[in-house]
Amino acid sequence: MIIISSSETASIRTEQDVARLLHRIKAVAADTGLGTVSQTKLMTAASELARNMLFYANEGVSYLEQISQGTKVGIRLTFIDHGPGIPDVDLAMQDGYTTNPQSLGLGLPGARRLVNEFAIISTVGKGTTVTVITWKL
Amino acid sequence: MEKIPILRMGPFLLVTIQVDLYDRLALNLEADLIETVHKTGARGVLIDISAVSIVDSFMGRILGNIAGMSRILDAQTVVVGMQPAVAITLIELGLPLKGIHTALNVEKGIEKLRATIPPDDEETDDDYYFQ
Amino acid sequence: MEHYLSDLLRRQKKRLLEQWIQNQLASSDLRDDLMSSDELRAQSEEVIDALTDVLSEKNITNPQSTDFQNLSDLLAGISISRARQGFTPRETGMFVLSLKDTLLDVLQSELADDPVRLHDLTMKISKLIDNFSVSTFETYIKGREDIISRQTSEITDISTPVIQVWDGIVAMPLIGTLDSARTQVVMENLLQAIVETGSSIAILDISGVPTVDTRVAQHLIKTVSATRLMGAECIISGIRPEIAQIVIHLGIDLSNIVTKASLAKALQHAFGMLRLVVRKQDRDLRSA
Ligand SMILES: Nc1ncnc2c1ncn2[C@@H]1O[C@H](COP(=O)(O)OP(=O)(O)OP(=O)(O)O)[C@@H](O)[C@H]1O
Ligand SMILES: [Mg+2]
Repeated sequence: MIIISSSETASIRTEQDVARLLHRIKAVAADTGLGTVSQTKLMTAASELARNMLFYANEGVSYLEQISQGTKVGIRLTFIDHGPGIPDVDLAMQDGYTTNPQSLGLGLPGARRLVNEFAIISTVGKGTTVTVITWKL
Repeated sequence: MEKIPILRMGPFLLVTIQVDLYDRLALNLEADLIETVHKTGARGVLIDISAVSIVDSFMGRILGNIAGMSRILDAQTVVVGMQPAVAITLIELGLPLKGIHTALNVEKGIEKLRATIPPDDEETDDDYYFQ
Repeated sequence: MEHYLSDLLRRQKKRLLEQWIQNQLASSDLRDDLMSSDELRAQSEEVIDALTDVLSEKNITNPQSTDFQNLSDLLAGISISRARQGFTPRETGMFVLSLKDTLLDVLQSELADDPVRLHDLTMKISKLIDNFSVSTFETYIKGREDIISRQTSEITDISTPVIQVWDGIVAMPLIGTLDSARTQVVMENLLQAIVETGSSIAILDISGVPTVDTRVAQHLIKTVSATRLMGAECIISGIRPEIAQIVIHLGIDLSNIVTKASLAKALQHAFGMLRLVVRKQDRDLRSA
């Protein structure tokens, strides 16, 4: 069972919102005791996911939670948007797949490699929700 | 409009990124830098990212663009001072950063650039070194 | 009625204490090498006092009651300190379980003529003390886990030293089995040392590593790539023939990595990269 010990939410509409969110993640992750490398990985994953929301869905909401499960503590981030959704999630999760010719298509698969747990649910026409967890080692 | 200063160091340009770049700033930097490389005929670009705490795929793409465009204008790009945590993260993210040289610090970056430029070439530029 | 139990314990404290200590001493499990009998007496008395202070017919069926907070803390403290002192879980558990036997003995002689009440209280006390003994086990295990995790991190630190072998060259000799967590620490320490010493070459010597699997090889490759991103070079040395065989059999591609058979060879290579020459001093020069 996951126990949430603190939670904050933010709406993501601009690049500055993303920057603010990253600062908050850094503060909460440090408070939870994550090392520099884990912090950096989590912030980078968050940057990818928040940017995707801005770029593909125009806006969205983020949740930043301090959680524990048994003796483990960690950070859970959830990104929820009501944008166009992703028709083929398995495809979108592949390295190099992108619908944006300027991009490298690394955001989603890269974010998955940067965290301990990763879940994505997307419905075309309804939106996308991505949840990631980084545990303190 | 906020701008990231571009310093001239002889035949090279030095950009020190102090803040975490948000998109517009990064795109401006890309344009400014290419413009300056063209105007000055600089042979190398040093980008100091020692104060940068995250590099995501967007920022990685900007760095790659700068390197690619500079190369067409006959200048090499060296990214210097990348923090260990950022390096580890980039490897995991899978960002290739192709065509970009790296160095531990500005001094070593300059050494690297000097090594890539034929000596006679550099001499002509020596008079405005460290101006 | 309310204070019956508490009064009884107070009245019989001396007998309880003596008998409990005797029970503990009698059990062949007791480790007098780990603890003096004075210490044992002091601990036992504290526990009896903490129980006497709060026990009533109301809370006896509720070990979770906040009344028992002091007692729980005390037992937790005792089990953690016993874990550190090197007592076995059995010894630590017996400490609490032997209190149960003692309490029941005393109860039996007090309530010899009221078998119904004796039965009732016996059941309740047993349940209560069993509960404490379970939490004592849990705390004991937690105490041991803390020790293990502290030792693990100490060992990880000790076993991944970074040595500056030359101006601009750092080396990290790896000894022992590499798991993912440790490789992670290795990677971070090495990269940090590169920044701190401004070294442009890092040597990772794996001659003390018994075996390499795909995951570890993957980590080594990542370490080399991360080093390059920072602008330094990483040489892997100490590749024994068995490891070379494994690497090839697993189909791991190390072709982009500079590998050397020994630390000395790696150092030589590093000198070459830094354009340094090491040579024997001229005999004439030395005598001059
Ligand atoms: N929140 C979202 N809503 C709708 N589509 C999305 C969303 N996130 C990702 N996608 C789709 O999934 C594809 C892959 O996303 P991913 O982040 O991996 O790569 P990218 O954004 O195209 O490129 P990069 O992140 O490397 O700049 C995107 O091109 C887009 O089509
Ligand atoms: Mg993306």
